[in-house]
Amino acid sequence: MQCTFIISRFDPAVDKESHYQEYTVDAEPTDKILDCLNKIRWEQDPTLAYRYSCAHGICGSDALVINSRVELACQKLVRDFKTGNNFVIEPLPFFNVTKDLVVDLKPFFDKHRQVRPYLISDQKPPEEEWLQDSETQQFYEPALRCILCASCTSSCPITRANPSYLGPAALLRAFRYIFDSRDTDTDERLEEIDTDDGIWGCKTMWWCTDVCPKEIPVTKCLAQIKRILKQKE
Amino acid sequence: MKHQFDAVIVGSGLAGLRAAVEIGENADVAVLSKVFATRSHSGAAQGGIGAALGNEEEDNWEWHMFDTVKGSDYLGDQDAIEILAKDAPRAIYELEHLGVPFNRTPEGKIAQRAFGGHTRNFGEAPVKRACYAATRTGRVILDTLWERCLQRGIEFYDEFQMLSLITNNGQCCGLVAYELETGKLHTFHCKAVLIATGGAGKIYKTTSNAFASTGDGLAIAFRAGAPLEDMEFVQFHPTGIYRLGILISEAARGEGGILRNNNGERFMEHYAPVIKDLAPRDMISRCILEEIRAGRGINGKDYVHLDLTHLGEDVIESKLAEITSFARTYAGADPIKEPIPVQPTCHYMMGGIAADADSRVIMDSEGSPYKGLYAAGECACVSVHGANRLGCNALLDTLVFGRRAGIEIKKFMQSANLLKLPARAEKQDSERISRLMRSLGTENCRHIQSEMQETMMTYVSVFRHEKGLHQALDKIRELKSRYQHIALQDKGNCFNRDLLDIIELGHLLDLAEVITMSALNRKESRGAHSREDFSERDDNNYLSHTMVRYDPGKEPRIFSKPVSITKFQPKERKY
Repeated sequence: MQCTFIISRFDPAVDKESHYQEYTVDAEPTDKILDCLNKIRWEQDPTLAYRYSCAHGICGSDALVINSRVELACQKLVRDFKTGNNFVIEPLPFFNVTKDLVVDLKPFFDKHRQVRPYLISDQKPPEEEWLQDSETQQFYEPALRCILCASCTSSCPITRANPSYLGPAALLRAFRYIFDSRDTDTDERLEEIDTDDGIWGCKTMWWCTDVCPKEIPVTKCLAQIKRILKQKE
Repeated sequence: MKHQFDAVIVGSGLAGLRAAVEIGENADVAVLSKVFATRSHSGAAQGGIGAALGNEEEDNWEWHMFDTVKGSDYLGDQDAIEILAKDAPRAIYELEHLGVPFNRTPEGKIAQRAFGGHTRNFGEAPVKRACYAATRTGRVILDTLWERCLQRGIEFYDEFQMLSLITNNGQCCGLVAYELETGKLHTFHCKAVLIATGGAGKIYKTTSNAFASTGDGLAIAFRAGAPLEDMEFVQFHPTGIYRLGILISEAARGEGGILRNNNGERFMEHYAPVIKDLAPRDMISRCILEEIRAGRGINGKDYVHLDLTHLGEDVIESKLAEITSFARTYAGADPIKEPIPVQPTCHYMMGGIAADADSRVIMDSEGSPYKGLYAAGECACVSVHGANRLGCNALLDTLVFGRRAGIEIKKFMQSANLLKLPARAEKQDSERISRLMRSLGTENCRHIQSEMQETMMTYVSVFRHEKGLHQALDKIRELKSRYQHIALQDKGNCFNRDLLDIIELGHLLDLAEVITMSALNRKESRGAHSREDFSERDDNNYLSHTMVRYDPGKEPRIFSKPVSITKFQPKERKY
C-alpha cells in the first residue's frame, strides 16, 4: 500500500534551516517505520540521514518524532498509526540537529555523567556475590529497562524550558543507584540532586512516562526519590 | 588528524569495554566504535551468562567444560575451554561487584536458570547455570561496563568507522578511521590494537544481528594478513521470529517453553530424548528444518511454534519480559495466550580472527603471534566454541577473553616501543574515498547486498552441499567483481551512510567468500556445519581448525591448525 512520508531534512553544508521533503513508499501494514525509512534511503534517496542499529528496540538509536509523538522507529509498525498512511518524521526535539534526523546527543550524555552513573561502595567486596533481596532488585528493576534513547528527556517540557535541568533519563539513573542496596553513596547522591535543577525540577507532568518506549514508570521512579528526600527532612 | 595512545580498542561491546576497564587503570587507551558505545550489539544478548556458581543446584566447572566441549562437537580447543569454564565464576562475581543487577534467588544470591546444552554430571540432565537479568542480560552488563569506563575517564571515539590497520614491518602500530559526523580521516598511532568488533550476521538474509554487524574487524584484519579460523561454522539460532529473525531467547525454553509442529507434537522428544527442547542450537535448528521438510511446519509453511502458554503470566511477564514484548510488537502474538511463530535465524559466528587464549592474533598453525594485534569477543576465534556455541557462553567469552586481552596488552606495552608510522599512512584510504566520491559507478550497493544475502541464505546456511556451495562461491565472486563498479550516490561529508554501506558491503563480501570456501573444504558434518553430501563427522580427516589467509591478487589460501584435546576424547554427540 502507498504511504506518504514527509521528512524533515537539514544538510549543514547547504541549509540554514530545516525543510520538509515528501516521499512515497510502498509499504506493508507490518513494516516498521524504520523499514520505510530504509526503503527511502535504499531505493530513492541515499542522502537521507538517521541513526539505527539493532532494529528491535534495544540499542536505543532511532528515537524520532513520528506524527508529532516521540517513538522508536523500529518499534512502531505502519499499522500502529491511524493517520491514513501519512507520516511526518522529524528529529528529536530539544537537541541540535546534525543532519536530517540525526541530533547531537552530547548534552544528554553530559547530564547522564553528572549523576555519577556507576556503583560506588566503601565496602570490600566479598569472595562471592553481595547478597541482595529479590524485592530490592525488583524495586529498581524498571530503571534497568532504560536504553538511553533520550525520548523522555527530549519530550520533557521542563527540560525544554530549562536546559540545566538534569532531566528524566539522568534522574532515572540516579534512582537506579540510590535504591541499589550495594551502593553506599546514597546520601551524597541524594544531596547532589536535592536542587531545583535536580529532582525538584520534575513537576510530575508525566510526559516522560507517556513516551518511554520501554514502558518505564519514570515519573513514579522519580517520585520515590522525592519521597525519601521528604522523609529525611 | 593524528592521535596517539598506548592502546586502541576497536568496538565498544562487552569484549572491548571489559578490556578498556582492564587497561584503562594504567595506560592511555581509546575506544573506537562505529555506533555510539551503548548501541553495541552485545546489548541485544538476552538470556544469560553461564558460570558454574551452583546457586540453584549442584554444579561445577568441569561439567561446564565438558558441556562446552561436547557442544562444540569436539572442535573447541580444550585448553582454552578449561580457562573459560574455570574463570567463569570469578568473572560473574566481578561483574556483580561492578554493579551488574542480576536477578536474585530467595536467599539473595545471583539467580540461575537452565539453558541449551548445559547439563549436570556430564550430560545427565539440564542444570541451572545461566546468570541473568530478566531477558536483558547483555544490555545491563553493557551499561555497567560503559559507565565504569566513564568513571575511569576512558576516551571514546563514537561513530568512527575503522578503515584499515597500519603495520610497520609486520607489526601493528595503529589504524585509520573515518569520522561519520565530519567525513574526516583520523590516524591512530599506538603500540597495540584490540579488535573487538563483533559478528557479521548481515551476510545472511535472516538474522538476529544488528545492522552494524558487518564483520568490519574480521575483514580488515584478514586484509592485513591475519588468518581467519573456522569461518564455516555459523550459528543459526532456532527461535527467530518468523520472517523477521528477531531473537526469542533460549531462556524461553530454559523456563520451560516447548517447540511444537503443525500436529501440536513436541517434536524435540524424538530427536533429543534426554534434554529435549534444551538440546544445543545447531541440533534444534536442523530438527526444525527437518520438520518443515516433512510437511509438519505450521499450515505447511516454513516455521514452527514456540509454546509458552503453559508457563503462566507470572513467569512470562517477570522472567521473559523483553521477548514477550517483541512477540507482541513484531509477531502480533501474545505469548501468554498463543504460541510464537519461529524459524532459525543467523545469530553468531563461531569462527573469527585466529587468536590464542591471551587474545593475541596468531599467524600460523604454530600460533606465532601477530605483534601488536589482539582480538576478543565474537570477532575472535580462540576457539572456545568450536563447531557450535552453547547459549550463554558468548557473553562469558567476551568477559573472560576481553579481560585477558587487557592483561596481555598491558604486559606488551611495558616492553614494546611505539613504532614509527609509515609516511602518509592514510593515503590508501583517502584515495579510495576520493575515487568513490568521483565515481560514476553503475552497480547499486543495495542490489549486490541482497543478492549476497539471498545466496548465502539459500546455499550456505543450516544445510549445505557441494553443488550449492560451488554455486554460492561463483555468485559471491561475481558480486565481488561487480562491487568494483559500485556507485556512491551521496557525495556529502556529514553522516554519509551511503559511503559506510559501501565500505561495510566490501567487508561482508570478503567474509562470505571465506565462509563458503571453508564450507566447501570441510567434507564432513560437525556442529553447525551440516553437509548433506557428507552427513557424518569425520575425525580422521577433519578434527582440525580451518585457517584461511588473504593472498593479495589471488584466491585466499586454506591451511589447517590442530585442535587442543586435553580432558575429553571425541565421542558420538547425543543428547
